[in-house]
Amino acid sequence: MRRSMLFMPGNNPGMLLNADILGADAVILDLEDAVSPAEKDAARILVHNAIKTLKYKCEVCVRINSIDTTFWKEDLDEILPLAPDLIMPPKISTAQDVLVVDAYMTELEKKHGMEVGTVKLIPLIETALGVENAYAIASSCPRVAAMLLGGEDLTADLQCKRTKEGKEIFYSRSRMVVAARAAGVDCYDTPFTDVNDDEGLREDAAFAKALGFTGKSSISPRHVADINRIFSPTQADIEYAQEVMETIRVAKEQGKGVVSLRGKMIDAPIVTRARQVLEMAKAMGVLIDE
Amino acid sequence: MEIKKAAVAGTMESSDVYVEIKPASDIAVQIESVVAQQFGEEIERVVRQVLEENGVKGAHVSLNDKGAVECVIRARVETAIRRGEGERDQ
Repeated sequence: MRRSMLFMPGNNPGMLLNADILGADAVILDLEDAVSPAEKDAARILVHNAIKTLKYKCEVCVRINSIDTTFWKEDLDEILPLAPDLIMPPKISTAQDVLVVDAYMTELEKKHGMEVGTVKLIPLIETALGVENAYAIASSCPRVAAMLLGGEDLTADLQCKRTKEGKEIFYSRSRMVVAARAAGVDCYDTPFTDVNDDEGLREDAAFAKALGFTGKSSISPRHVADINRIFSPTQADIEYAQEVMETIRVAKEQGKGVVSLRGKMIDAPIVTRARQVLEMAKAMGVLIDE
Repeated sequence: MEIKKAAVAGTMESSDVYVEIKPASDIAVQIESVVAQQFGEEIERVVRQVLEENGVKGAHVSLNDKGAVECVIRARVETAIRRGEGERDQ
């Protein structure tokens, strides 16, 4: 289960030490934008030592540098042998971009005696071309476990202003969700960048949840608790899902074809949704598997 | 691995350590730390271990420690070593 993904600068020891205690389901240790070109070497060695020693309990994702730089292969050389859960390649615009990264990861996994495909990919979609190719990217190889939308670079590429309301990325968000769901992978929303606007964050996260995103990324530990709460099923959701499953069970026993609950017909999509809610609740530990 | 030129790594920020390495014919480690009295020997052991693991036979290393834990000290010393093994300064 992964609702919140928290970006942490890869060259900041204090933050790396605390990465695990901030409540995020996954941390994204950043070797890209948060690190100056002169410190790329220091950051990847620091992140290597941090992953090797600190044994993070949450999922670990490492954002490497983009494939149009000279850094990305060195990033993977240093990080991949430690088997982080996910690698996030930024500025992925085509399926071919993913395959380039996948091929090098496969080469390294073989070299280090790891099972091929151990480390998953979460491409960062932050160009207009990337949004247009979202489904091809999501379904490009089995290593792709999810996609993340990067709103800041995307709006620069779209040549529009990034606003708090986010109308300018509405189409891209919807397109990402549809592409990810069609390909059977998870999708994560762009961070809300005003770290002092808690109400704005809650509205933005609730909107992303309503669109169908699996979760949301964040650049601030302050946002994690709200994101986790918003992307978790509520107690009412869980109780309704349990009622749905019980109604279906009883109907089957009685040989009824069509059943209703609270005045609404229970059809296949409602059952699917109820199963998803209960699976999420089990993953969160609020529901014990019977 | 031969240290061919002086190099630095790390920062003076809290939880970090600033490392300077210089070419030399022997190994010498100098440590400045607020916790030198309690952990000075342990910090020196880590530094010497990283030098050995990287095959460094000659280097003078000085550390200004701001409360770095072992994995950070290892990372910063390793970074300084890799930076110091580049082309000699003219």
